[in-house]
Amino acid sequence: MSATPPTASLLREGLWHQNPALVQLLGLCPLLAVSTSAINGVGLGLATLFVLLGSSLAVSASRQWVAREIRLPVFVLIIATLVTMVELLLRAYTPGLFRALGIFVPLIVTNCLILGRAEAFASRVGWRPAALDALAMGLGFMLVLVVLGALRELVGAGTLLGDAERLFGPGGRGLGVHLLPGDAGFLLALLPPGAFIGLGLLIALRNHYRLRRAGAAPAEALPGAAPA
Amino acid sequence: MRQFELAPAPHTHVARDVTRVMRQVLLALLPSVLLASLLLGIGALLNLLLAIGFAVLVEAYCLRLRGRPVWSTLQDGSAVVSGALLAMALPPLLPWWITLCGVIVAIALGKHLYGGLGMNPFNPAMLGYVVLIVSFPVFMTRWPDAVAPAPGPWPVLHYTLTGTLPASTQLDAITGATPLDHLRNQLRLAWTWSEIRAGVYYGPLGGAKWQWLNLAWLAGGLWLMSRRIVRWQIPVALLAGLTLPSLVCTLVAPDRFPGPMLHLFSGATMLGAFFIATDPVSASTTPRGRLIYGFGIGVLLWLIRSFGSYPDAVAFSVLLMNLAVPLIDRHTLPRRYGAPRA
Repeated sequence: MSATPPTASLLREGLWHQNPALVQLLGLCPLLAVSTSAINGVGLGLATLFVLLGSSLAVSASRQWVAREIRLPVFVLIIATLVTMVELLLRAYTPGLFRALGIFVPLIVTNCLILGRAEAFASRVGWRPAALDALAMGLGFMLVLVVLGALRELVGAGTLLGDAERLFGPGGRGLGVHLLPGDAGFLLALLPPGAFIGLGLLIALRNHYRLRRAGAAPAEALPGAAPA
Repeated sequence: MRQFELAPAPHTHVARDVTRVMRQVLLALLPSVLLASLLLGIGALLNLLLAIGFAVLVEAYCLRLRGRPVWSTLQDGSAVVSGALLAMALPPLLPWWITLCGVIVAIALGKHLYGGLGMNPFNPAMLGYVVLIVSFPVFMTRWPDAVAPAPGPWPVLHYTLTGTLPASTQLDAITGATPLDHLRNQLRLAWTWSEIRAGVYYGPLGGAKWQWLNLAWLAGGLWLMSRRIVRWQIPVALLAGLTLPSLVCTLVAPDRFPGPMLHLFSGATMLGAFFIATDPVSASTTPRGRLIYGFGIGVLLWLIRSFGSYPDAVAFSVLLMNLAVPLIDRHTLPRRYGAPRA
């Protein structure tokens, strides 16, 4: 990659055109497993964003000295260091959130989004575009995590930000909104099938919007659809 | 000179299309609906009307969304039958919005996401039912009492529309364990089957109230079979798959395992055997495959009822065997006439 892309286009790519969760379908395992509430989504989104930003900066800054043959172990080492830091930080300051995210915090190491950006982008450009790209991709990932988490929490438990004290401490307890009475939630949304259905619907919504913007009727533009 | 049109064979023609088949299925279901509203309260009929109404609306909306002709497709009646089958599986004491959720899952997710009628790998009605029982366990296990007389129309109507009972009625007074629930609980408490059998929850055939429903489903199913709408293989194999293991186990350990009669005439056995497992889209299509498919459902039904954590299991068994249908069909293709034996 020789020419550095402009800032605005980098942001647009990460947040919308190449959104890691909705378009590239990267990092789906933690995305599907953890997004049972909006706060969980914010927590994992922030942790991933931090690791992605740090690893992209470090990879980009050290790209002159890392030999091509050993680049992958070096990337993994950098990412693993950052993930350990995040894990210790979460454990120390937000133990409730750490317990809710469970194994998916250490598993950020294996999030293919992070290694993918290191390999495909950060190791080939200067630190400025690398950091910008990491920020855009991380925010795009977090956006989907939060939206999916909020949707599942709303439909499944009837609350929004119902577990805010996990992130903000006791002061966050008043933030939650309870919209449905008692046990009336649609439990499926909180179970694994709900995650898949929810993500599928989000992708469908994005495609629908994109096709409408492109000015084509959906039935014509989708491959394989029979004429009405 | 008059031109005669020469069409290729076959020249005989049976006036059978999707619409007629669906109409006859509904007709065969009718006696059991009336019987259910008599035994379990007006809720059975209410559920049926609500589910059919919602099913038609959801189907029409999905068809419009997909750019398909709405009116002509609606007339095939498949949405009405899906709604009716779902309604038969629902407890007749259910707020309307749960029925709506089930119908949306059945028609929109279960059928149209896969490409509409004929493309769905799973039975839509059972998919809707399973999503409901997983999502709303409290509401979905609340059945009218199996022994007491059916709840009156006013509390049921009130509950269906608002989700609460009128002040004069208590929920505990009109709901109770179904015979299969009761059986599970008592077996866990180490009662023997002969002791449980003597209780009020069981009649001459199977579970109280449900034995008559099963008889009605059996009659409707036999009528469909005589009209050649339902082939004999799936129901017969299903009932055999349920009878065989229960017979063996009841002979070996008569106190632990109820006999085949209870299994055949309790829960939704006959509904599943004749109306649900025989769904032409999601069932196996080869003659030998139908036998395997039906037998598999019967065995699974017995296994889950005897050892699983749900009292009845028609929906789970049917969905599990739906998953196996592509494999079954692939390995049971009939030999073409004249082709060498494999």
